[in-house]
Amino acid sequence: MRVLAADLRLDANAVDYVLLAFYFVLVLGIGYVARRHVSTSMDFFLSGRSLPAWVTGLAFISANLGAIEVMGMSANGAEYGLPTAHYFWIGAVPAMLFLGIVMMPFYYGSKVRSVPEFMLRRFGKPAHLVNGISFATAQVLIAGANLFLLASVVNLLLGWPIWVSVIVAAAIVLSYTALGGLSAAIYNEVLQFVVIVAALLPLTIVGLYKVGGWQGLVDKVSAGPGGPEQLESWPGNQLTGFADNFLSVLGLVFGLGFVLSFGYWTTNFVEVQRAMAAKSMSAARRTPIIGAFPKMFIPFIVIIPGMIAGVAVTELSGENKAALMAGGEAPSGATFNQALLLLMRDLLPNGMLGIAIAGLLASFMAGMAANLSSFNTVFTYDIWQPYFRKDRPDGYYLQVGRVVTVVATVLAIGTAFIASTYVNLMDYLQQLFSFFNAPLFATFILGMFWRRMTPAAGWIGLVSGTASAIAVFIVTESGVWTLPGQGAAFVGAGAAFVVDIVVSVAVTTVTRPKPAAQLVGLVYSLTPKETRQHETTGEDAGWYRNPALLAGIVLVVTIVLNIIF
Amino acid sequence: MSSNSRTSAFDIRLIIALLTGVYGLVTTVLGLAVTSDAEIDRSAGVNINLWAGLGMLVVCLLFVAWARLRPLRVPEHHEEEDPATPQ
Repeated sequence: MRVLAADLRLDANAVDYVLLAFYFVLVLGIGYVARRHVSTSMDFFLSGRSLPAWVTGLAFISANLGAIEVMGMSANGAEYGLPTAHYFWIGAVPAMLFLGIVMMPFYYGSKVRSVPEFMLRRFGKPAHLVNGISFATAQVLIAGANLFLLASVVNLLLGWPIWVSVIVAAAIVLSYTALGGLSAAIYNEVLQFVVIVAALLPLTIVGLYKVGGWQGLVDKVSAGPGGPEQLESWPGNQLTGFADNFLSVLGLVFGLGFVLSFGYWTTNFVEVQRAMAAKSMSAARRTPIIGAFPKMFIPFIVIIPGMIAGVAVTELSGENKAALMAGGEAPSGATFNQALLLLMRDLLPNGMLGIAIAGLLASFMAGMAANLSSFNTVFTYDIWQPYFRKDRPDGYYLQVGRVVTVVATVLAIGTAFIASTYVNLMDYLQQLFSFFNAPLFATFILGMFWRRMTPAAGWIGLVSGTASAIAVFIVTESGVWTLPGQGAAFVGAGAAFVVDIVVSVAVTTVTRPKPAAQLVGLVYSLTPKETRQHETTGEDAGWYRNPALLAGIVLVVTIVLNIIF
Repeated sequence: MSSNSRTSAFDIRLIIALLTGVYGLVTTVLGLAVTSDAEIDRSAGVNINLWAGLGMLVVCLLFVAWARLRPLRVPEHHEEEDPATPQ
């Protein structure tokens, strides 16, 4: 049976195209201007560690506010309702605060230039290589997937052929990241944040009017498939796939909230790089904490439009939603992934429509730029410089960074076409990604707080953690042991974490630790308290710049949000 | 290529103001003069171009005000210590 795809062609007119074009002029302009500020490799790869905290903080969350987040979370909102907010409140905010308060002093204070370089200093070369290569590979794959998603949305919305949009988008991202380096990527992420809010906030407001306000939405969602539990964030049984309330809460708190999210937010260099670009220790610690403020409220402009689409868009509501939730195909041919696009099509007049398209494209491109700017740093500083061409003048590595950016873009075009052959690639990538991050987090947390942990334990723990996650993945994929919904990723990450810890401890007992003198600044008990502290004078003075206080405010607001919803 | 080449200050706040200003102006004008009643009906009776446009103009003014009140000081680079000039 052939199902007609929902008609997503947007009725964009000249004004919309002009607004879209204006955005791209600014994007390229930023790349051009940022280029004048690049004179050393540190300028290119880490913005010369010079940016204010609000800029790096917004970039911190924008780098993650890509295709998966915007399209995926609104799709989740349409399917599961408010429990999706856990991805933000449980799955991001606590880990961001932990990064700012506990881990950032080691990252920023030790003056390392990347997360793999921290591995090098703490555990030596084998762990460094394992981490550097797996990170670089993952970035190229993810950049390709981002590129493909971008192109398929352009294809749906505007009717451009996929290969044209792949190449045009790659060329635009390449030109500003190769010219301006991390600064250009970060400034564009800030701009992207502004335009995505300018697009989604009005859409949410109009949508709420459409369904009769918040009460109208509550009534309609409760009456529809899924029922009233879609309006309460706890216990989220539909989201986790666990029927039992206790298991569901446990899965959310330990699986999503602890292993997956701490692994992602605290060890993923794409994120940590943004904080490393901050101009002082205080600004670096505030980066993820400032990012947490908007992060708490993003669910309202991403998930709620999804929920509105699930009741107000003809192709997604009623029997269509019921069929999709049951795992079938909707009679209309629409999917939850199209929730946001369908809502835009239904509600926005020309003008706002152009801004909304600009917002979506901006967020997809920023995701890819974040992949490229972290890839070129890790490749140059962690693979090329230590293992291939040592001791060249700084200008050489700056040049390498630019060339590598070009090469990575070409590779990403290749992986975009690989991505196009998989329907579910995004799921697999996210899962694989968590496999690398969960053991990495285990190794980091042990290594930062346990001075005896040995270099051998570092890399053996990493490898066996990843291997056990892949084993769980194979077992669940082959159907030997079936787990519901997101359960498989939670269990895989949990297994990776536990195996990594156990193996690391076991290996440590039989191998020799590094001398304490080499671990100063890298391990908690060997780092003098002063060096973990930050300046509180000049530009870092004032209670409103105190990381701990800001983190406390975020924590309280998050708890309040959890109680209300 | 000395570090002096970076003296031209680049303030992202003014870029944000430029973006929201232009977008706000265009959508406000559209909302006032162009957006048809049929389109307004479709958006649940809200003239979203007008309201979003006015909102963006306000954001634009806020960023301009912020950039005016706390102008960017040319940052000193390649130096470990914080300049820490008293305000």
